Amino acid sequence: MNHFPGTWGRPRDDVYGPYDSSYLQTTGPKTHTQSPAVTGTSVIAVKFKGGVAIAADNLASYGSLARFTDVKRLRKFGDAAVIGFSGDVSDMQYIDRLLESIDIRENYSAHGNQLNAKNLHTYLSKVLYKRRSDFNPLWNHILVAGFDSEKKPFLSSADLLGTTFSAPHLATGFGAHLAIPILRRLFPEERSIEEISKEEAVSALKDCLKVLWYRDARSMDKYSLALITQDGIEVHEDQQIEAQNWAFAESIKGYGAQTV
Amino acid sequence: MLLIQTSIGTGYDLSNSVFSPDGRNFQVEYAVKAVENGGTSVGIRCKDGVVLAVEKIITSKLLKPGANKRISTVDRHVGIVSSGLAPDGRHFVSRARDEASSWRGIYKGPIPVSALANRLGGYVQAYTLYSSVRPFGVTSIMGGWDSEAELAVDGQGYYGAATGKGRQAAKAELEKLDLASEKLSLHDAVKEAARIIYVAHEDNKDKEFELEMSWISSLDGPTQGRHEEVPKELLEEAERAAKRALEGDDEEEDEGAKGTGNVGERMEE
Repeated sequence: MNHFPGTWGRPRDDVYGPYDSSYLQTTGPKTHTQSPAVTGTSVIAVKFKGGVAIAADNLASYGSLARFTDVKRLRKFGDAAVIGFSGDVSDMQYIDRLLESIDIRENYSAHGNQLNAKNLHTYLSKVLYKRRSDFNPLWNHILVAGFDSEKKPFLSSADLLGTTFSAPHLATGFGAHLAIPILRRLFPEERSIEEISKEEAVSALKDCLKVLWYRDARSMDKYSLALITQDGIEVHEDQQIEAQNWAFAESIKGYGAQTV
Repeated sequence: MLLIQTSIGTGYDLSNSVFSPDGRNFQVEYAVKAVENGGTSVGIRCKDGVVLAVEKIITSKLLKPGANKRISTVDRHVGIVSSGLAPDGRHFVSRARDEASSWRGIYKGPIPVSALANRLGGYVQAYTLYSSVRPFGVTSIMGGWDSEAELAVDGQGYYGAATGKGRQAAKAELEKLDLASEKLSLHDAVKEAARIIYVAHEDNKDKEFELEMSWISSLDGPTQGRHEEVPKELLEEAERAAKRALEGDDEEEDEGAKGTGNVGERMEE
C-alpha cells in the first residue's frame, strides 16, 4: 500500500497493467441525454386542397417493448397548427410545454397577431439546432402542419439536428421508407395540391398507416389523425385501423424458427 | 394632541411599516386612499364563470379607444383587473405572470387561482414592511377558472368584489344579485357587470369613461376555461342594456352611492 488513496483496493499495475481511470471520470459532458429512451414511431402528413392532414399512431415504445398505448403524438398549437412528434417521448413533452408557455405568453394581450405554422416550424427548428449544438439534442423528428402567413397550406419537417425539409407529403421514421413511396404514387409531382381532396388525403394516410402497422414492428393499430383547414383543427384520437388482412403474412419466409 | 385623529404630524406616518400606538399603519392607509380614487372595477362569480369589468376614465381626448388596458391575462385561466395607479397594476400583473409560469415549471399544470392569489397577497404585503419601498397603489380583483371546477374572485373566494371610486355603489348592486345562490348565468353576469359599472359611474358623471370587460367560462362554456376579452358584440349589447336600465332608474329616483372616505376599507388583493 502507498500513500495514493486513488490506487487503494485496485488491481496492481505491475500485474494487471495500468488501471483505466476514464471510468472514474466525473467531469465532461452528460451522455445520458444522447440517446432516446421511450420513443414514438412514424408521423405522416399530406397537403390537400385547402388544408393539411397529419396522422401518427398512439404507441410509445421502450426499446422493442410496446410500453404505452395511449400516447397522443399529435399536439395542437392554439388554432394555428398541429405538430406531430416521432422520437423521444420525454423530449416531446418538453417541447410541448415549451410551446404551451409560448402560447400563454402570446395570448397575454389580444392583439390579433397569431403565430402561424410557419413561424412555429422556424422556431422549433432553431430550438432543435441549438440543442444539438450543445451536444444535448432533443431526440425528435417533427412535422409541423398548418398554414403560412398567406393562408396557404404549410407542411414542413425538422429533425434532431435542426435540419428542415419541406414537401407536399412527408413522413418521419419508418414512414419515410414505407409511406413516402405510396404517397408519391398516389400524389405524383405533376399532380397539383389543388386536385387532392380532403377525403383522398385522409384515405391515403389511412392506407399508409395500415402498411406501417403491417411492417413496422414498433407501430400499433390505434392512431390519431388531425385535419387542419381554414375552418379550424379537427383532431380524431383513438382511431382504429380497419379492414386488416394479414393473409400476406403467410407468404413471408425466412424469419425466426420457421423450417422452410 | 388634537392632531392624533388626523395622523399628520404625529410622526407615525413618516415611513412604511411604522405602526401608530393604536395599531394603524398610516402609509398603507394613504395608499388605500389613493386607490379609492381610481376607476371602479368589479368582479362577479357566477355558476358557470367569472366576469371582470372596469370603468376606465378617459384622461385625454387624444387616447385611442381601447388603449391602456386595465384587465390583463395572467395565465390561460386567470385574469386580473386593477383600480389605482396603472403602472403599479402592470407590475403586479407581471409578478402574477411570473408566479403562474413558475408554477407550471414546477408542477407541469395550471396554478390554482387561490394559490396564485395567496402568493400575490404575500408579495403585496411585503411592500408594506420596509422603509425602502412603498405600498402598491392598486387594489386588484383576480378571477379565474380552475379546471377542478372551483372558481375564485379575489382569492378569498368572494362571490362578487368591487374596488375603486364607485365601489360602494357597486357593492350595494352586487349584494342585490344574490350571487351566493349561483343562479346567475355568465351572460347575465356580463350584463350585470356592465350595468354596475354604469351605476357606479353616476357619481362621476362629468368624466367620460370606457367600459372594459373580460370573462372566463367553464370548460364547456364560450371561452372553454380561458380568460378572454368579452366579444365586441356582447360588450356593446351589455352597454346598451346598461344605459337602458339607468334611464329607467332615473325616472323613479336617483339613488346614488354614499360618499367616499370609509377608512374601514382594507386592501384586497
